[in-house]
Amino acid sequence: MSQIEITDVSVTFDQKNRTINAVQDVSLKIETGEVYGIVGLSGAGKSTLVRTINGLQKPTKGTVVVNGVDITKADKKALAASRKKIGFIFQNFNLINNRTIGQNIAFALTAGGYPEKKQPQKIVELLSMVGLQDRQDNYPAQLSGGQKQRVGIARALANDPDILLCDEATSALDLETAEEIITILKDINERLHITIVFITHQLEVAKDLFDRVAVMENGKIVEQTTAYNLFANPKSNMAKRLVNRFLDEQLPDEVKDRLKDQQGVILTLKYQGDDSLDPVITEISSNTGVSISILQGRIEYIHSNAIGVLAVFITGDQNAISKAVAQFTQKVDMVEEVAR
Amino acid sequence: MNETIRILQANLGQSLWETFEMVLISGVIGIVFGTVLGLLLYYYSNRLFSPRPVVNAVVGFIINAIRSLPFLILMVVLIPLAKLLAGDPYTPMGGAVSLSVAAVPFFARIAESSFAEIDQGIIEAARSTGANFWLIFQEVLFPEALPSLIRGIVLTIISLIGYSAMVGTIGAGGIGNLAIQFGYNRYDTGVLISVIVILVIIVQIIQWIGDFLAVHYTRG
Repeated sequence: MSQIEITDVSVTFDQKNRTINAVQDVSLKIETGEVYGIVGLSGAGKSTLVRTINGLQKPTKGTVVVNGVDITKADKKALAASRKKIGFIFQNFNLINNRTIGQNIAFALTAGGYPEKKQPQKIVELLSMVGLQDRQDNYPAQLSGGQKQRVGIARALANDPDILLCDEATSALDLETAEEIITILKDINERLHITIVFITHQLEVAKDLFDRVAVMENGKIVEQTTAYNLFANPKSNMAKRLVNRFLDEQLPDEVKDRLKDQQGVILTLKYQGDDSLDPVITEISSNTGVSISILQGRIEYIHSNAIGVLAVFITGDQNAISKAVAQFTQKVDMVEEVAR
Repeated sequence: MNETIRILQANLGQSLWETFEMVLISGVIGIVFGTVLGLLLYYYSNRLFSPRPVVNAVVGFIINAIRSLPFLILMVVLIPLAKLLAGDPYTPMGGAVSLSVAAVPFFARIAESSFAEIDQGIIEAARSTGANFWLIFQEVLFPEALPSLIRGIVLTIISLIGYSAMVGTIGAGGIGNLAIQFGYNRYDTGVLISVIVILVIIVQIIQWIGDFLAVHYTRG
């Protein structure tokens, strides 16, 4: 049995004149100790879905079973007990503004029934984990965004949870700070074996964090795959859209402008592994007699596996170009002709 | 001039004390019961707690009904109740009855909006820890709403001082009564002006203390 089993879950909101299907017939299984990403554009239903896991949102239909407990049917007491073992971190940190950092964490400890006498020591321990042991007596307003999120993590870990839900946990932060938070989360996952469910619309930040990923669109899961496969071989349109935006394989307009008057074809080539495509390019060029110039190229690493992206411009006579394109399609994983 | 000083010496202390009595009693009752009612309204309307639209609507209707009466009318209507509770309605204690009835729904709405202003995200985070409502009230709702509640308390006290003058005119005493009795009815402008100056000073001090505390409890 998986640690989190979401089965046929739908969430609908009734508003005055219409019904909003925020989540539609979603089924997911998340295993103990994995980092599971849920990606999609804003409004895809990710936040609503993740809130069904700790019962902040009641599904209209379907079941959510966490550690063997059916969250949708749990009474108040059972729900509170389950919540203590599910940490939650938020996009906007959601710390109590008029309480110190120490008091914020003490609140979570008290909620979890942690003995008051032992709290000061536990608070120091938790804050040390996120490198903020000397900020106990500060108020949230005195901290930077990244520091606030670190307090959010410490609070979420207060009751030794076995699941951590992250709702756009890095989206309010700049890229560098976001990476810091990702590193902390990865470390928590590896050292404490806490399952992490991470929601985001920013694929780039979390590419090294996820083991598996679900892609959401209009309340539905449109693709479920491993992190590497999502980047190397996205299948659904939404996944392609997100990945392409990340790999940024669109050519700058300046380059397109420059090539406007020239006869030829622009191809983007995506390939796995970090071997060079040079031999292939040279081979195809000499086989067909076209000339091939490289417009753009880079390599991304997902879990230390490389994905190369290359844009090339092929010129020559019409026939030769077609032949060259055919050969690329044979020899390279993914070939797309760029519309001109 | 001498007459003015004589009147003030004879009556001012007593009048101030009566006003203080009325405002203190009705203020405490209004703030305590108003907070409870406001919390109830909030609890039964927030989707993160226990939304009960019917309870919320009924309580809300009663509050609105009391609040829609002009205070002058409420005061007259409540004379029998004041007689029942305080014995003599034409005393500061009697006046405090109608002031309290007015203060409770007034402060209930203030408290409700103070709680409703708290970021839903903070409540969500609190709910996520599995905390019960009482703990959330003590550690989240109260500290987060406190600055706004303090401003509401100031507003309530200042309104009550104003209303207490009205109660004074029907015989419950207080500084308002002093102004009307001697300043207006006996054409002693000196008394009238003195009372106005004293009221302005009192209200300024209350506002100043309130602002100071509200800022103090907004941390960071």
